[in-house]
Amino acid sequence: MFPANHAQPRGGYQQRQLSDRSIQWLFITPTLILLALFNIFPLFYSLYLSFTDFSAIGTAAPVWVGFKNFSTLLNDPQIWKYFATTGRFAFLSVGLQTVLGFALAMLLREKFRGSGLITTLILIPMMLSPVVVGFFWKSIFNPSSGIFNYALGYFHPASAPGPSWLDSSSRALWAVVIVDVWMWTPFVMLLCLSGLNAIPDYLYEAAAIDRAGSWFQFWRITLPQVLPLLMIAVLFRTIEAFKSFDLVMGMTGGGPGDSTELVAVNLFRIAFEGQWRTSYASALAYIVLVIIMAISNVYIRNLNKVRGEG
Amino acid sequence: MAVTTNSGTDKGIDKGVNYSTRVDKVGGRVQTVRTIRIAASVTLAFLLLIPVFWMGATAFKVRADAIATPPKIVFKPTLEGLIFLFTDRSVLNQARSKRLKARINELNWYERIALEGGQQITGPSEYVTRLRNSVIIAGSSTVLAVALGLLAAYAFSRFKVKGESDLLFFILSTRMLPPVVVTIPIFIMYTKFGLHDTHIGLILLYTVFNLSLTVWLLKGFMDEIPREYEEAAMVDGYTRMQAFRKVVLPQAITGIAATTVFSLIFAWNEYAFALMLTSEKARTAPPAIPTIMGRGGMEWGTIAAGSLGFLIPVVVVTFALRQYLLRGVTFGAIRQ
Repeated sequence: MFPANHAQPRGGYQQRQLSDRSIQWLFITPTLILLALFNIFPLFYSLYLSFTDFSAIGTAAPVWVGFKNFSTLLNDPQIWKYFATTGRFAFLSVGLQTVLGFALAMLLREKFRGSGLITTLILIPMMLSPVVVGFFWKSIFNPSSGIFNYALGYFHPASAPGPSWLDSSSRALWAVVIVDVWMWTPFVMLLCLSGLNAIPDYLYEAAAIDRAGSWFQFWRITLPQVLPLLMIAVLFRTIEAFKSFDLVMGMTGGGPGDSTELVAVNLFRIAFEGQWRTSYASALAYIVLVIIMAISNVYIRNLNKVRGEG
Repeated sequence: MAVTTNSGTDKGIDKGVNYSTRVDKVGGRVQTVRTIRIAASVTLAFLLLIPVFWMGATAFKVRADAIATPPKIVFKPTLEGLIFLFTDRSVLNQARSKRLKARINELNWYERIALEGGQQITGPSEYVTRLRNSVIIAGSSTVLAVALGLLAAYAFSRFKVKGESDLLFFILSTRMLPPVVVTIPIFIMYTKFGLHDTHIGLILLYTVFNLSLTVWLLKGFMDEIPREYEEAAMVDGYTRMQAFRKVVLPQAITGIAATTVFSLIFAWNEYAFALMLTSEKARTAPPAIPTIMGRGGMEWGTIAAGSLGFLIPVVVVTFALRQYLLRGVTFGAIRQ
């Protein structure tokens, strides 16, 4: 039935050992080459560019300028403002997502008829395209015809106009936070749910025998057991918040003024839209990269810890 | 609200024994908490989905209804948005509109609907091309990423690869880079090699972008297939390649399917690369949807129709994937 090849058992065995190694490299190399070509090389190239003066649409070759781009960037109060906005956005949206996601997970923890369906329905927002969703939220946030103000109780905008959201420099960032929370709370919930489901029953049984109160059970059993996964969710969301680009581009494009100008949006503007300051943008990109790499490192280390336990 | 059924019931019975024999009453309270819990979950799920429902409603509104104040919950549905989405039109003035109305019998059903909105259809819209580009680019890059990912995942899962965890870490870390960081040098590369605004350019980039996902996910799925299966097959004379093809691949088929769909969704939703590396020929739907402006003012019905059509496939596959969602969004690192 199987193609037999028993003629030289020892030789065949050796041959298989040898071909295992070649198969291994045959299988991995294409992936590594592609990643090197599209990730490693660009990274080194943009590191080089960040020390030069160069524009991608100019005809002049890159001119070496040393640390000039970096010193200009770090002395630019505007850039610091964008970093502060990004930090505020990340803190607010990740904070809210963590609290709400955990609460939702506690609510959906016990199975009931149709709980699977409800969970999946709640998870839908995180699978959608952020730019498309963000753009449509613009109509939802419209002060007079949008349903957001309507839901807040401004039923007759003509007599009592509701607050404007995306046109207000003080509220626009909040509007973006609201949509980000809407999209990504389900993600935190999903991770928390899996953490909650993994808590062994005997812990609660033992606590019940000791007549531990429900608060005690929550602080001493539930929270510590879910914490590793919650940490992962928080780290992952923090990385994503620092990369945030799609949603803001769809909703506000950084405006009004520069009230929602996140670093990634500004980076895009410097590198492409109109300005084409390629080397300057590369330097900024590297600063962002170092920040994200630092958070990613913590993230992946945590991931390994959880995987080691599981 | 940190009471679980387990401890809740235990405590209930405890109390019943100590203070009262009316266990039924205590049981009733647990039941009430449960009912409240279910009601709250259902309500919350409904509230969360209101924006999606609203998009569905807006897609079938005429322009006046879509921007009505206060928002119209009840309205007369129309296909205007959908028709405007797929067509290019010119706005008619009074006289031309009257002339066109005179020969209304010669018009198609969709031309009539456009006429009711005061517009004349002049041809198919750009959106048709964008959607086709999205399908081509997401589809091809997914096939490539899954094929390459399968090979790499098998190698990582079955062989002792030197520096395996470092390589896997490296593969995952590429996903953490902000798209703009990678795009600047790639933009220069692409303009040099004539790959800017081409399907091939975007397909290659999406393939690499999704490789981290497919390698990690598929490795997770393959780790779950017992090695004994292939070892038995190889004892029976299969070569390693045959064992991979005829034993491992069929076993991993659900995992491959789930991975494929995740990869499709990511490529389908991708915005930043498409925005920066395409301009006309190869532009996909996500960067195009916010540019649907319509003739004379925002056509929210059209925008909603475009968004809805773009999102519905994702909603459908979310249901198909529901047991793998956790794996998918954590790169296979966490399993249920």
